[in-house]
Amino acid sequence: MRQVFSILVNNHAGVLSHVSGLFARRGYNIESIAAGPTENPEATRIVIVAFGEEETLEQIAHQLRKLYDVLEVEQLQYNRSVTRELVLATVSADADKRTEVLQIANAFGANIVNITDNTVTLEASGNDHKTRILIKALERYGISNMARTGMIALPFDEMTDEWEPLA
Amino acid sequence: MTAKSSTPTNLRSKTLSGAEIIYRCLGLEGVEFIFGHPGAVLLTLLDLFLERSKIKHVLTRHEQCAAHMAEGYARASGGVGVCLTTSGPGATNLITGITDAYMDSIPIVCLTGQVSTSVVGNDAFQEADIVGMTRTVTKHNYLIKNMADLAPSIREAFHIARTGRPGPVLIDLPKDILLGEAPFQVPEGEVDIRGYKPRTKGHPRQIKRVAEAIKEAKKPVLYVGGGVIHADASKEVEKLATAADIPVTWTLLGAGAFPSENKLSLGMLGMHGTAYANMAVDECDLLIAVGARFDDRVTGKVSEFATKAKIIHIDIDPTAIGKNLPVEIPVVGDAKQVLREINKLVKRQKRTLWHKRVDRFKEDFPLTFEAAEGGPIKPQEAILTLSEEAGGDAIFTTEVGQHQMWAAQYLQVSFPRHFISSGGLGTMGFGFPAAIGASLARPDKLVIDIAGDGSFQMVLQEMATTVQYGIPVKVFILNNYGLGMVRQWQDLFMDRRFSEVGLEVGPDYVQLAAAYGAKGLHIEDRCDLRPAIQEMIKTPGPFILDVKVDPDELVFPMVPAGGANRDMILNDPRKKKPKGRLSALPDN
Ligand SMILES: Cc1ncc(C[n+]2csc(CCOP(=O)(O)OP(=O)(O)O)c2C)c(N)n1
Ligand SMILES: [Mg+2]
Repeated sequence: MRQVFSILVNNHAGVLSHVSGLFARRGYNIESIAAGPTENPEATRIVIVAFGEEETLEQIAHQLRKLYDVLEVEQLQYNRSVTRELVLATVSADADKRTEVLQIANAFGANIVNITDNTVTLEASGNDHKTRILIKALERYGISNMARTGMIALPFDEMTDEWEPLA
Repeated sequence: MTAKSSTPTNLRSKTLSGAEIIYRCLGLEGVEFIFGHPGAVLLTLLDLFLERSKIKHVLTRHEQCAAHMAEGYARASGGVGVCLTTSGPGATNLITGITDAYMDSIPIVCLTGQVSTSVVGNDAFQEADIVGMTRTVTKHNYLIKNMADLAPSIREAFHIARTGRPGPVLIDLPKDILLGEAPFQVPEGEVDIRGYKPRTKGHPRQIKRVAEAIKEAKKPVLYVGGGVIHADASKEVEKLATAADIPVTWTLLGAGAFPSENKLSLGMLGMHGTAYANMAVDECDLLIAVGARFDDRVTGKVSEFATKAKIIHIDIDPTAIGKNLPVEIPVVGDAKQVLREINKLVKRQKRTLWHKRVDRFKEDFPLTFEAAEGGPIKPQEAILTLSEEAGGDAIFTTEVGQHQMWAAQYLQVSFPRHFISSGGLGTMGFGFPAAIGASLARPDKLVIDIAGDGSFQMVLQEMATTVQYGIPVKVFILNNYGLGMVRQWQDLFMDRRFSEVGLEVGPDYVQLAAAYGAKGLHIEDRCDLRPAIQEMIKTPGPFILDVKVDPDELVFPMVPAGGANRDMILNDPRKKKPKGRLSALPDN
């Protein structure tokens, strides 16, 4: 099972390694981890995407809550939250392929950040689904370099019962 | 009209040195003893012990023992144990003790010196990243970088160590913090930590479900662990067991939580538990776990553990619940508070049939050993005799090995905090320093370390500590000239190929005691056992009784590692006519 943890922690040294260490001890790979400041200067939000058995992930959530520096742990559900990731990718694109690559970039709303004789570097953001399809489309041309931020996420604040999430 | 400015007394603060602030904060927490070993970074703090008497520093001969003494003090008193070491090797020497406290949920606060904040991270002389190293074996730890954080962190550390599921907390104190100065005022109000709010009150709906399950059960068993002792909930356990007529089994750490002489008691369960405890758990239809964590030494093969039972799990630590096996009725809360609520709902009940069945287990599969006239002293009889002579008021600690299991099987323990052993980590060398800590906590009690020769040899330098401070700890060595428990596994599972387990060379313990200025005695004849124990008890001061026991004796019953408790080996397979296995017992 794939699970998105949104963890609010005190902005203290060593917290990130403590949190990720809990996953490592149980032998669970973290697919992505992203941390950054929040509206509160004393708190950092860490978003972790991990694979594992449901019970183990549940257990990890409990263990995270036990840590002094962990203020909140939320296990986010895809259909009740907004998730985003930023991808930078350099794609092989000789003159004859360049238009195709730019078209794909355009279709996905990606920005072009650099073009050389035989490569295009682009920047795209989106939810999991979108970034996956984009990367798959670009792989056909050959991705020579890629960096991803890892997923960040927030739960939706719901207003009414009939309200439908957009993303 | 002129307004006169005045400062309320509680806001007036004095400027004090870091060392002074630490001393005062420890005083405010009610600390009586600090177990420690010095080093250069601690000079200003150590200096305070010269003229003041509120807190006594006990100079241990090894830092690992300082941590175990703090544990022994905590476990015997119910308070928080404190230890203090220098940076680098002093701090790293604590790690085994800290881990032991973490595994067994013992509240201790460890203060370690550290190099100055300006060079932290530079591999300075005697620098060790003790905060990084102990992150996974402390409830929480602090590296103090600002004077303003010092007093609040110490206060938080004690709060965290003693509340919720107790455990060790470490505070790393850089030299410039000890030397620095800051305003100090006595803190007021409750400690409030945003990310740390243990839940103590059980959910009323869950408590109702527990009461109903108890009422409906035909064959319930109470399974109590160290949490009952930490929560001071023994009376509540006894009340529940008596009212609802439920037999009680305990873990190694739960020994003393329920009086072993009570007719409802089943003794310890698990790998070396009594056959009747394991049988009762195997057959029960309701297992009520209180402050216990379904450790693998208790459950054996988890999928075969208590398969017929509905499981209730009462624990203050939500991560302990459902960790090893599914639980029908989880209750998160403090054992004492939760049991009180349950007791209000539980009606008197009699379970004659179930007790008949359990009595039959007890009759058919008792704990046994054979001692022959003129033969060697059997370790079991040594412990039985010790238990009789010491009486119910003594406090026992143990080392780790066969002797520990025999102690758990054969000692009569009537009160909580009277049996102190290393469970989760199984640390050889725990018992002797723990006994020293326990003796300081309870100077009115006879304190005896039931030791193995191997374990004692890991920590015997602390004889000096007992003599220096006149701590009257008795070391009762079941001397089998070897690492008996490992030898037992080689005996049973390695075709009796005894590799690296012989301790034929060891000290003469009587001379060793004398070398430190203590008394000692050596015996090997069965007829000397009782008189020697009597002499040990009546001799004032520390004492070593070296009891040469049969080195071939093995601990039974035994559940082979990974096996089901039901398939425990009841008797020594090397002898003829083993009594059979649990599965052989017909259902009634
Ligand atoms: C620090 C440590 N090292 C190794 C072990 C593994 N171990 C478990 S029991 C045992 C033998 C203990 O020997 P002794 O203290 O003489 O007790 P006995 O089993 O002979 O009664 C060993 C080596 C351990 N538990 N702790
Ligand atoms: Mg031995």
